[in-house]
Amino acid sequence: MANPLLRHNRPGRVVTFEEYRSGGGFNAVVNGLREMTPDQLQQVVIDSGLRGRGGAGFPTGRKWSFVPRDLPGERWLICNCDEMEPGTCKDRFLLESNPYSLVEGIILACYAIGVRHAFIFIRRGYEQAADNLRRAVDEAKAAGFLGEKILNSGFSCDIELHLSAGRYICGEETALMNALEGRRANPRAKPPFPAVKGLWGGPTVVNNVESLANIPDIILNGADWFKSLARIPGAAGTKLFCVSGHVSQPACVELPLGVPLGEVIEGSCGGMRPGSRFKSCLPGGASTPYLTAEHWELPLDFDTVAAAGSRLGTGGIVVFDQNTCMVAATLNLVRFYARESCGWCTPCREGLPYVVHLLEKIESGDGSNEHIAVLREHLKYLNYAFCALAPGAMGPVEGLLRHFEDELQEHISTGRCPFKS
Amino acid sequence: MIPEILESELKERIAHAITPREAAVDVMKALQRHYGWLTDEAVTEAAELLGLSTLQVEELATFYEMIYRRPVGKNVIHVCDSISCWALEGETLLACIAEHLGIKVGETTEDGSFTLLPCCCLGNCIEAPVMMIGDRVCGRVTPENAFSLIAEYLNGGGSTHG
Repeated sequence: MANPLLRHNRPGRVVTFEEYRSGGGFNAVVNGLREMTPDQLQQVVIDSGLRGRGGAGFPTGRKWSFVPRDLPGERWLICNCDEMEPGTCKDRFLLESNPYSLVEGIILACYAIGVRHAFIFIRRGYEQAADNLRRAVDEAKAAGFLGEKILNSGFSCDIELHLSAGRYICGEETALMNALEGRRANPRAKPPFPAVKGLWGGPTVVNNVESLANIPDIILNGADWFKSLARIPGAAGTKLFCVSGHVSQPACVELPLGVPLGEVIEGSCGGMRPGSRFKSCLPGGASTPYLTAEHWELPLDFDTVAAAGSRLGTGGIVVFDQNTCMVAATLNLVRFYARESCGWCTPCREGLPYVVHLLEKIESGDGSNEHIAVLREHLKYLNYAFCALAPGAMGPVEGLLRHFEDELQEHISTGRCPFKS
Repeated sequence: MIPEILESELKERIAHAITPREAAVDVMKALQRHYGWLTDEAVTEAAELLGLSTLQVEELATFYEMIYRRPVGKNVIHVCDSISCWALEGETLLACIAEHLGIKVGETTEDGSFTLLPCCCLGNCIEAPVMMIGDRVCGRVTPENAFSLIAEYLNGGGSTHG
């Protein structure tokens, strides 16, 4: 079974509860509650090597283990479905076909951590996914997989949906908690970390949709099985890669971690579209430094992409062809971050618009070498901010300076964008 | 003033929340649906329902993309201007729609039927360029098919793809 995430999908419609059950769905809940303690279940997830699929890649089981077992008071699990990283649409893709893997994963995570109430925090624009999840939660409850004393165990659990009204920073886990509480969604200082003091002051775990959707099959088949799905040693599991931009067939596909970049583009997306040659791509969403043709064989996994100076991030691959101006692309990306800045801290609120201004000068043909030097300095200055938004915004700038200095020079020396006719 | 039936629906939503404040976004969205945009009256009503100050409601209302503290047209058209849509001529699409409507981006048509706004990633990147009309997300939108997609939406039917 090579595609644990998409194996339940049916062509052109949402899988039904009965179909999900007949494919082994909710067996992990049955087996887990009967045969495993919460600690044992948590250990399987730790051993599986599953790393967070929302962008940061933090080991999921280890994050769960940070919640102290003996801390009194209510604790919370929040599923982060605030997918707003440009280039990323995998959570929508999954939930519009199959909401059940996520629901089952949440139940198992709640069992492991000791959570009574879980929330799914859903971004604006994902109303279809929310409808599917509402129905799936009701069906799971009717079948006895949610509610009080599930399957005659001592474990009770309920899932609520919380719908957002649209702002990128709500995907940052501490800003998300503020948003869920009905507060303005500025991030919070860390420490204290959410595992100790999070939602309404209680121990909280925030996990991405895809991370949680992986849990049922990990519990059913074991940690070694999950590791065996990856293409390279040290990697574990599969990943939903959503490929957009200048490929023939943009698609969201499930592939083993460690698959080479070129194989994703050629094998799953029909290669580059007619007339386009590969120039560069974002490997994992808008905050990840560009990869170029030299990375065509690079295995896509957290450690391998990091070693190449970028990040796997969300696995949202945006492909650019030979006619793409990388200065203009970078300007588009940083404009996004500048607009989405929550405004709380000075480096982000003031620094990002200034970086936009510098890129605009260069793109309009009014740039100088001094601008490049100042851009480079801002890689340092914007590395220190209240949260990871500003450092993330500088990812594309870092990629531009690292790989496309010649394009910058051409804008400056010719006094125009060489890609504009 | 919102009708009693809406008021009791909202009160029930708030009563079921773990804290009343958690329901704030749902309350604002409901009031906005009623008034067309989140008016000053709506902010006051939301504050009363939630047990918050009007400032605490304003902090939220001014933060979110889909909460409007100014009047908008009957239908809001959002066109994504993030990177995947940009790579597939999203800028041109936005400009074409603006020209066809006879307004600048950010404005409302004179008859009040459409407001045109850019927006950040709609999470449908594999079907770029992407547009949202009301709450329907449409993919593979082009200057050629954009208005038939909009017309279909207004007629209560139609598709989500160009």
